[in-house]
Amino acid sequence: MSSEKLSFDYSKSKTLQLKLSGDWQLSAGLPSVNEVLAQLDSHADITEISFVASQDFKWDSAFISLLLKLSSISKQKNIRITVQGLPPQVEKLLKLTPAQAEKIIPHKIIEESFLDGIGSRVIEVKVTIFSLLNFLGDIVLAFKRLACGQVFFRKDDFFAIVQRCGIDALGLVSLISILVGIILAFIGAIQLKLFGAQIYIADIVGIAMVRVMGAIMTAILMAGRTGASFAAELGIMQVNEEIDALKTLGVSPVEFLIMPRVLALVMMMPLLTIYADLMGIIGGFVISTGVLGLNPVEYSNHTITAIKLSNLWLGLIHSFVFGIIIAVAGCYRGMQCKRSSVGVGEATTSAVVTAITAIVIATAIITFVCQIIGV
Amino acid sequence: MEAVIEVKNLDLVYDDFVVMRGLNFNVNKGEIFIIMGGSGCGKTTLLKAMIGLNPPQKGKVLYAGVSFWDGDEQGRQNIMRRFGVLYQGGALWSSLTLGENVALPLQLYSNLSGLQIQDLTLLKLGLVGLGGYADFYPAELSGGMRKRAGLARAIALDPDIIFFDEPSAGLDPLSAKMLDDLILELRDNLGATIVVVTHELASIFTVGDNAILLDADSKAAIAQGSPKYLLANSKDPRVIKFLTRGKSKEPENEKSQ
Repeated sequence: MSSEKLSFDYSKSKTLQLKLSGDWQLSAGLPSVNEVLAQLDSHADITEISFVASQDFKWDSAFISLLLKLSSISKQKNIRITVQGLPPQVEKLLKLTPAQAEKIIPHKIIEESFLDGIGSRVIEVKVTIFSLLNFLGDIVLAFKRLACGQVFFRKDDFFAIVQRCGIDALGLVSLISILVGIILAFIGAIQLKLFGAQIYIADIVGIAMVRVMGAIMTAILMAGRTGASFAAELGIMQVNEEIDALKTLGVSPVEFLIMPRVLALVMMMPLLTIYADLMGIIGGFVISTGVLGLNPVEYSNHTITAIKLSNLWLGLIHSFVFGIIIAVAGCYRGMQCKRSSVGVGEATTSAVVTAITAIVIATAIITFVCQIIGV
Repeated sequence: MEAVIEVKNLDLVYDDFVVMRGLNFNVNKGEIFIIMGGSGCGKTTLLKAMIGLNPPQKGKVLYAGVSFWDGDEQGRQNIMRRFGVLYQGGALWSSLTLGENVALPLQLYSNLSGLQIQDLTLLKLGLVGLGGYADFYPAELSGGMRKRAGLARAIALDPDIIFFDEPSAGLDPLSAKMLDDLILELRDNLGATIVVVTHELASIFTVGDNAILLDADSKAAIAQGSPKYLLANSKDPRVIKFLTRGKSKEPENEKSQ
């Protein structure tokens, strides 16, 4: 900082006179209080600090802040500060600011040891499991009441959700499924070419898509698309106290908000999966006949004979389970959302992470069970 | 008197919906100017046109003679740096503590050292009575405290002009009074020009030097002048109705509330 703004005058005995000039506003920057302190250190006999402001002296609250700091330090050293030489408004503003640095209200930060950390994590897991089970129970009860025709929710909302997690997702599902079909065809081609058995590409693409790939790819897309949007929607509703408003109206948020979402997604997921299967097979077909030079009729026949009905059922079971997982993860995280913008972000992220993790685990379990019962 | 803000022939339109037509007024240096009117009459829309959030359909907003919307982005930035805005809910950044919220504008646009910024941040928080709360996150505070912290952020750079959007909305009468006093002190001590959007009669009569009354039905300003003068002299029944809360009582009754 330039020291031309500040000069020191010792003409009066025991008094340090600070001569201020130029721009002392925060946009221009200020000399450090240490410059004055250095002077005080070198002249130990000073008992008073006074000021002279020149014509071009400009100041704002940054100067006040500097002055406060100076006065608190000089108080410790028993040095008096007189502000007569400064513009009258400085004195007024000084009076306005709290005389003493206010007592800092300690902000509670929970410090925990390593073991405490592990313990609280474990307890957290337990709490999460119980609240998740509670949540699932509420949903099951809501569906029971739905079966009895006792629930209240808006049909229009329901169809809007169906539209959003069904038809609106078709474009994305088509693109990804066709590409997956193409990838499967190329991977199959590399190996099968060695045996001259390229026609079995039809089996690979067909069985892989229908049995599991279609369902998984659709589920991952929907977790990112619909699961995240469920969590964000419900999270914002939580922040805006909309969910509280429903509760005080006597409407169960589980029936009014969550049940329609779960129902819509569980209905749409199998349909989207069948569509994805078809698109994947078409992708494989186009590559095999167009690029790899297989006979279209032969390829189609091979595909039809390869895909057994049990494969289709298996794919549908996958998609049904995935639908439940995505909807429940999204809604659960949304309902658990903390009341801040950061909370909504966390809820959305954890909805997607939870859903995708659970999808992979569920796939592993289903595959294992199929292996045992020999499907 | 020197006009700091001049609004000329301003039309405010949302898509096809006309909010206000032909607004003309001046805000003079060092005065507290009130934009008043019933709910939904376009007060906040006008404010947004003045602070650069929504461009008006037609007309000019001049800051010290410089047109805000006719200039380029850099010119607008320069003008915007001269004013501070207190939003309705405080609009604090929720991932930052109060101290960080106030320090951010200083880090961006001042030439102070880190320690000086810290001191100044505490000073600004102290001015609004939140000196001890620098380490708190906005979510941990009450609505009134958040609003005051928002004010500390708005005055961080010692702006020439401070805009208040519904300062007393959602505050208890005592906190609202405190905020009004704070507005007066800021004007008197920092020499700032203040524009307040409000429909709180108590605030209007306490702090207002000059005012404009917007009317939703006629889509225009129906009165202009000091609130007290308007109450005493206006012949327009709509103005009297607004300023007396629908009944034609003495203004003193309203003020004491």
